[in-house]
Amino acid sequence: MMKKFSIFTAGLLSVAVIGTAIAHESENPAVKARTSIMQLYAFNLGALGGMAKGDVEYDAEAATRAANNLVVLTQIDQSAMWPAGSDNASDPSSRALPAIWENFADVGAKGQAMADAAVAMQTAAGQDVEALKAAMGDLGGACSACHKAYRAPKE
Amino acid sequence: MARRILLFAAGVVTVVGLTGLMLTRPQRVDEAQLAGISPDLTRGESVFYAAGCASCHSAPDASGDEKLVLTGGRRFQTDFGTFVAPNISSDPEAGIGSWSALDLANALIHGTGPKMEHYYPAFPYTSYTNMTAEDIVSLHAFLNTLPAVATESDPHEIGFPFNIRRSLGGWKFLYLKPGWVVQEDLNDQEQRGRYLVEALGHCAECHTPRNSLGGLKRDLWLAGAPNPNGKGRIPGLTTNQLDWSEADIAEYLKSGFTPDYDSAGGEMVEVIENTSRLTDSDRLAIAAYLKAVPK
Repeated sequence: MMKKFSIFTAGLLSVAVIGTAIAHESENPAVKARTSIMQLYAFNLGALGGMAKGDVEYDAEAATRAANNLVVLTQIDQSAMWPAGSDNASDPSSRALPAIWENFADVGAKGQAMADAAVAMQTAAGQDVEALKAAMGDLGGACSACHKAYRAPKE
Repeated sequence: MARRILLFAAGVVTVVGLTGLMLTRPQRVDEAQLAGISPDLTRGESVFYAAGCASCHSAPDASGDEKLVLTGGRRFQTDFGTFVAPNISSDPEAGIGSWSALDLANALIHGTGPKMEHYYPAFPYTSYTNMTAEDIVSLHAFLNTLPAVATESDPHEIGFPFNIRRSLGGWKFLYLKPGWVVQEDLNDQEQRGRYLVEALGHCAECHTPRNSLGGLKRDLWLAGAPNPNGKGRIPGLTTNQLDWSEADIAEYLKSGFTPDYDSAGGEMVEVIENTSRLTDSDRLAIAAYLKAVPK
């Protein structure tokens, strides 16, 4: 009886876990591509942030490599990654607000601000840790400016 | 006999009533407390950011330098009605340009307006009450350097009985308590952090739960609270809930990056627009204080 019960519970649990996984990952390749770019941003920001916080010793070369990657990420042509119907109202796994599709010009301007901040980081990263710290603040501001306007809060 | 009882009852009512009136009348700061303090504009500017004045008093959706224009007009929906942030620009009529430093001190420390009226605690004087006289005098001077806007303030949209301002005297009697919440032995850095968090930053106004009358539950200090805007929950900042390192917290308050390099969301974006203007040592002080808050 006990065994049957635990198999039943395990079954329920796995259904629940699979259910959660499905709810969080989009079926839409465009949304997956967007999310992947964000993860690449996070990975490279992590390398810079570790140095800014003093968790990792400052290394001009490693910092420059990470900053170069950020610049490359801002240069990816995302025009095919934002098809109609990939906002959070149509796809619950996305946090992209429908306002994006009504304000492409402003989204573009905010993207340009991010690109400028990444270029500034490229210079700062090779300079010294104080310059890196300052550039980190501006990068964060550029990320937040877009997220504040166009990203839904976490559930 | 009956007459005696009646007289006695009338006496009791009078005493209770008078005491009530005494206790609930708007309080003012003694002018001597500000005497001899000369304003320091640099200090005033840092107080302005640390206290987050623009987050409520700039126009709705203001960004960048527009945040220095304190037109008011942001609306705050609460269980008691909708509060509308007033114009606190340097305009002498529509704003607070004609205020003395003492007027500002009365507002910040006692929630009392120049016409001896009670302010609603949507204006977080429950936190600002712990501000130093030096900071208030300097903030007053800095506010006077900001642009004047002639836009009239909109009235609050508050229904009965909360529209009776006099009743706020009772509320203040219960919940406006000067003094620190975290009383443990703190070093200099943690004390600076306590001043930034408990007084200027008024973090507890969102991160601490409230009782049914809107008073902060001080025994659940920074333990997290329901989001007044409805969705989600304002996270707790006690060490058992926030396991970020002090460096993580300081970085978040500067760039908005979480330890996973996601960026801040919701109301915290506006808060970080302010904390990003503080010094590294002030951000680290906030982090040090948060590590000292009891669970």
